[in-house]
Amino acid sequence: MAQIFHRSFNVIAKLSIVGAVVVLAILTTVLAAIDRSSYVTRVNVPREQPVPFSHRHHVGQLGIDCRYCHTTAEESRFAGLPPVETCMTCHSQIHKDAAMLEPVRESWRTGKPLQWVRVHDLPEFVYFDHSIHVNKGVGCVTCHGQVDEMPLMWAVNTLRMEWCLQCHRQPERYLRPREEVFNLHWKPTGDQLALGRKLIKEYHIPKERLTDCSVCHR
Amino acid sequence: MTENRKDAESVDLAALRARLAEARGPEYWRSLEELADSEEFQAFLRAEFPHPAPDLTDAVSRRHFLKLMGASLALAGVTACTRQPTEHIVPYVRAPEEIIPGKPLFFATAMPMAGAAIGVLVESHMGRPTKVEGNPDHPASLGATDIFAQASVLTLYDPDRSQVVTHLGSVSTWDEFLQALGTALEGQRVVKGAGLRLLTETVTSPTLARQIEAVLDLFPEAKWHQYEPIHRDHAKAGARLAFGEVVETQYRFDRADVILSLDGDFLTRFPGSVAYARQFTSRRRTGSPPEGMNRLYVVESVPTLTGSMADHRLALRASQIEAVARAVARELGLLDEEIAEFLIPHKAWIEALARDLKRHRGASLIVAGDEQPPVVHALAHAMNHALGNVGKTVIYTEPIEARPVEHLESLKELVADMDAGRVDALLILGGNPVYTAPADLDFARHLAKVEFRAHLGLYSDETAELCHWHIPETHYLESWSDVRAHDGTASIIQPLIAPLYGGKSAHELLSALLGKPGQSSYAIVRETWRAEYERGRWPQYKNFEHFWQMALHRGAIEGTAFAPKSVSLKMPRGGWASPNAPGTPSDERQAGRQRTLEINFRPDPTIWDGRFANNGWLQELPKPLTKLTWDNAALVSPALAERFGLRNGDLVRLEYRDRLVRAPIWVLPGHPDDSVTVHLGYGRRRAGRLGTGIGFNAYVLRPSDACWFATGVTLSKTGDRYELVSTQHHHSMEGRHLVRVGTVEEYRKNPGFVKEMGEDPAPDMTLYPGYAYEGYAWGMVIDLNACIGCNACVIACQAENNIPVVGKKEVGVGREMHWIRVDRYYRGGLDDPETYHQPVPCMHCENAPCEVVCPVGATVHDKEGLNVMVYNRCVGTRYCSNNCPYKVRRFNFKLYADWTTESFKAQRNPDVTVRSRGVMEKCTYCLQRINTVRIEAEKQNRPIRDGEILTACQQVCPTEAIVFGNINDPDSRVARLKAEKLNYGILTELNTRPRTTYLAKLRNPNPEIEHE
Repeated sequence: MAQIFHRSFNVIAKLSIVGAVVVLAILTTVLAAIDRSSYVTRVNVPREQPVPFSHRHHVGQLGIDCRYCHTTAEESRFAGLPPVETCMTCHSQIHKDAAMLEPVRESWRTGKPLQWVRVHDLPEFVYFDHSIHVNKGVGCVTCHGQVDEMPLMWAVNTLRMEWCLQCHRQPERYLRPREEVFNLHWKPTGDQLALGRKLIKEYHIPKERLTDCSVCHR
Repeated sequence: MTENRKDAESVDLAALRARLAEARGPEYWRSLEELADSEEFQAFLRAEFPHPAPDLTDAVSRRHFLKLMGASLALAGVTACTRQPTEHIVPYVRAPEEIIPGKPLFFATAMPMAGAAIGVLVESHMGRPTKVEGNPDHPASLGATDIFAQASVLTLYDPDRSQVVTHLGSVSTWDEFLQALGTALEGQRVVKGAGLRLLTETVTSPTLARQIEAVLDLFPEAKWHQYEPIHRDHAKAGARLAFGEVVETQYRFDRADVILSLDGDFLTRFPGSVAYARQFTSRRRTGSPPEGMNRLYVVESVPTLTGSMADHRLALRASQIEAVARAVARELGLLDEEIAEFLIPHKAWIEALARDLKRHRGASLIVAGDEQPPVVHALAHAMNHALGNVGKTVIYTEPIEARPVEHLESLKELVADMDAGRVDALLILGGNPVYTAPADLDFARHLAKVEFRAHLGLYSDETAELCHWHIPETHYLESWSDVRAHDGTASIIQPLIAPLYGGKSAHELLSALLGKPGQSSYAIVRETWRAEYERGRWPQYKNFEHFWQMALHRGAIEGTAFAPKSVSLKMPRGGWASPNAPGTPSDERQAGRQRTLEINFRPDPTIWDGRFANNGWLQELPKPLTKLTWDNAALVSPALAERFGLRNGDLVRLEYRDRLVRAPIWVLPGHPDDSVTVHLGYGRRRAGRLGTGIGFNAYVLRPSDACWFATGVTLSKTGDRYELVSTQHHHSMEGRHLVRVGTVEEYRKNPGFVKEMGEDPAPDMTLYPGYAYEGYAWGMVIDLNACIGCNACVIACQAENNIPVVGKKEVGVGREMHWIRVDRYYRGGLDDPETYHQPVPCMHCENAPCEVVCPVGATVHDKEGLNVMVYNRCVGTRYCSNNCPYKVRRFNFKLYADWTTESFKAQRNPDVTVRSRGVMEKCTYCLQRINTVRIEAEKQNRPIRDGEILTACQQVCPTEAIVFGNINDPDSRVARLKAEKLNYGILTELNTRPRTTYLAKLRNPNPEIEHE
C-alpha cells in the first residue's frame, strides 16, 4: 500500500504542534492586551459630558473642596453628584451668559435634570461604599487620581477586582490620616508602610477580613 | 405531572391509618405521600430538584455537541472583552433636603386591611417605596407585620392596576367623570338624594366617615351601605345578643393561662392578629425552667394555624361547635341542658377543659371565631363574664367601625332597593361586590338596573366591567388617609410616592360629591384632625402643626385608643336559643342521616377575599398547612376521601342549592369529617395577568343566609383530574427527625431530653483543620415554640432579597426560589394529627458541604462564618445544591427575575444583586443589612451592638421566633438562646455544625386529658 502522506508531512506535523502553541499564546496575549487596553477599560480616556465641566479649573485653580459638590461622600455609599442648584449658586452670577453653560441654565429653567456620563462605573454586583473608605483614610486621589489636573474627567484606574485587591490585601500601602483624605497633594512625610500600619491599628481596620467575598459582593 | 399522579394513586389511606395505629413512639410525617413511601415518591425525592432540567428535545448528536462546546469554550474568553455600557448619573435639579442618595428613608404610615390598620414603616430609596416593616410604636404591629403588609408593596407596582378613567369601557378623564357625576347629582338634589347610594367596604377612617356623613347631610334621603365579603357580622350580632349593643372585643392573650378558641383563628385572621400572636407566644417561650406557659384548647372546623398551636385540638364540623360552647357553658353552670348526643365521646375532654378554665378564673379566655353564629359569640361573652375575665383578658370598647352595621343586611337592603328601581346613582368606593356578593343575591343583575354606576377601585375588575364609570383608585402608599387599628388607635396614612397611575382616592371622589372637586386628600385629612385638635384633646402640642408632625412621625396618634367600656350581660334564663337556621345542630343531625356534607367558606390564607389575586408573591406563597400554591382546592378529611375514593387532584362537583362548581380535592389531615372547606378569592375573571382564571370561584356556592358554613352540599366525582401544585415534598430532608418536641412535664423531668434525641459529633471529627472565629460570628436561633407558621418570613425575605416569582409550572417542578421555607410536620393519626412548623433558611454550616464541591469557588466561607454565595463566580454546576443536606439552595433555571417590566424595577432593593439565569442563590443572613450596620459601626469606631442587625425574616416575625446575632458575644440574645437546653441543630450528625439552630418545641397538655 502506497504512503498517503509524503515524508515532508512529518516536518509539517511537528511544526503544526509548535505552531498551535504559538498561535494560542499570541491569541491569548493579544486578547489580554485588548482587555487591558484603554479601549476596553477607558482608563485615561476623557469622557464627553453634557457640560464640559473642568475639575482642573474648579479644584485646581479655584480650590473648591471635593465635598462642596460631592456632599455625601462621608456619610453614604454614593459620594453624590451636585444638583443643578449647586452649579447655579455661582453661575447665576459668574459666567451667567456663557454658551458652554446653556445646558445648566436650561436644566434650571425647565427642571429637567442633566445626564452626566458615569466615569467610574463598577459592575452591578459590586457594592462599594464611599463613606467607609473616606472614614478609614483612603484619599480621594488614591482612586480618582489627580482630578485637579483634569480638564475633563477620566478614570486613572480600571476599578477591576485585581486593582481593588491591591489595597484590600495591603491597605498599609495606601492609607493616609483621615484629615488628609481630601487633600490632593498630600505625600507621606516618612515611611508610608509604617504610617499605614499605625493607621490600621488606630482606625480598627480589620485587615484580615478585607478580602472576604462578602465585603463587596452580596 | 404524571409522577405526582401515580404517587397520589398509590396512597392507600386505610393502610396508612393501620400503620400509624401500630407505630410506637413519635412518628413524624410531612404528607400522606411521604407516609405511604411509594416507589414513585422515592423517585421524586431522589432527584435533587424533583424534576431535573428538561431533556434536550432536539436530537443533537454527540459530535455536534462537542463542536458547540469547543466553540463556546474558545469564545468564552472573548465575552470578557466587551466594554461596559455607558451609564448616566442623573442628579436632582433641586435636591430635597432630607434625601441622602444611597441611604433609605423610613416613613411611618398604616396599611388598612379589611377595615383595621396595621402600622408600618416603609423603606424608601430616593422616593421609591421598596419594603414594608412593622412600626414598633403601633399597637397592631409592635414592629412586626403579616404577609399582606409585606406583599402590599408589590401591588403598588402592579402593572395590571387600572391606569385610566373609563366610561363604558373606553378611555375617559376625571373631568368628564366629574361632569357626568354633576349631572347625576343635579337630579338627586331635588329628591334629597333618594336615589343616591354609596357602597363601601368596612370604614374605620375618621375622615372618610366624616365625609360620608357630610354627603348624607347634603342628601338626607341617600343611603350608605357597607359590604366586605369577609365581614364580622356574627361578632356584631353576638355582641348585640349579649349586651344589647355592638362592642369591639379585644383580647389580652398575654394575661391568659388557659385559652379556649371556638373556631377562632386569632393568630392570623382577627383584626390585630399580629399583636395577638406576639401576646400569645410571649407565654409559650420556654426559658428554663418553663414556668407560666399557657394552655390552648382549640375546637375548629377547618385546620388553621391557631389549631396547629393547640395543646388540645378537637376537629368538629362548624355546625357542631355551638354544641361545644353550650356544653362548656353547662359545665361552667351557665346553662342547664343536656350535652349534645354527638359530644358524648368528648365529654371527659370538655369536663377537663371546664375544670381547667375554672381553675384559672380571671386568667382564662374564650374566643369565638367570626364564622361561628352569633349565639356562640354571645356564649363566649357569657362564659368570659362568668369566669371573671372581663377587664382582665377581655376588654370591651366602642366599635372601631364608623358605623358598625351588619354588612350582609346592608348589602341585601341595597339589592332590594336596586331591584325596586329606587337607586338612580350608585357609587362603589373600593371592593368588588359583583365578584364577592353572595350568589343568591344576584348582585350583577340588579346592578344593571341602576342608571348611573361608578366604581372606584385598584383594578378594572368584575365590578368595574359592569359599571358605567371606573376610576383608578390610589394605593395606600400613594395617598393621604387615616384609619383605626383594632384597639381604636388612629393613624395617618401618608403617601410614599405620587400616584403611579393617576389614581384618585375615595376622599377626593367624595369631596367632588360635596361640591369641592379638586380638594386634595391631604387637605381633607388635615381638616379632620385639625377639628379634632381644636377640641383640645392634645394640649401637650403647642399647635396643630406640631401635633400633625408628631402624628406622622410616630405613625399612631396618641390617646386615640378606645377606653375600656363597661357592658352588662343580658343573658336570658336558659341561655340564647339556637335560631333555626341551616347549620344549627338540629339541622345538622338531620343532615347526618342523609350523609350530605357541610361546606365551609373561608378567606384564602394568602389572597384573602380575592383582592390580592394579582399579587405574584402571595400567589406563590405556599399556603400554610396545605402548602398549595397558585390554586385553591376543596379540602376534605382523609376519612371522607377514603369513603368517596378520592385522592389529591381529583376534580369533584360540589353542588349546593342548584349551584355548582368543579373543584380539585386536597386531602388535609386533621380536617373534620363530613365537611368540605373551600377558600374564597379564586376563579377571578378580571384580576390581571396573574390572577385571572386560576382556581375555582367559591363565591358561586356561597349563600347569603349561611355565609360561613352550610349543610346540604353534595359532592360527586367527575373522574377528571386537575394538577395542584404543593411544595411540601420539595427540598425534603427525607424523614429524618428534624422537629423535636416534648411536653413541659418531660422537660421538667429531664431537661436534657432534646439533646439526647440526636448526636453531635466532636468538633475535631473532621479532616479539615479547624478554624477559630475571632471577630463576629453570626448565628441564628429559631424558636419552634414561638413559630406559628404564618409565612411572613417567606414574603419578607422575598421582598428584601429581590427573589423572583416563577409561576405555577415551575413550582410544579420544584423550582420555587424562596430562600426560607416553612416545613410542616405531622405527628399522630391521620384524622387528628399534631402539626408542627419549622422555618428552614440556610444553616450557614461551619463545615459546609456545599463549599467543598464547588469547582469555581463560588460559595465560600467568610471570616465571620457566613457561607457566602458569589454570583459573579457561579457557573451553575449545581453541585453545591446537590451536596446540601438541608436543601436550601435555589437555582435560576431560567431568567426568572423580571428584567422588562418597568414598574417592578422600582420595587427592587438596590442593596441586593438581581440574579440572572444560571446562577445559584440562597439565604445570605441578609448580608446587605449586616454590611450596612457594620459600616455605620466602623465609622463610629465601635463594635456592632446586639440587636442592631435584624434580618428581614427576624424583623417581620410577629412572634419574635427568629433571633440573629453574634454568637461570640456570650451576652447576646442569640448566644443565650443557644445555651438553652432546648437548643438543637438539625442533621448535626453529619458534622456540618450549622449556625442556625432551633429551640425544641414544648407542649403543655392537660394531664387530665388522656392523649393517645
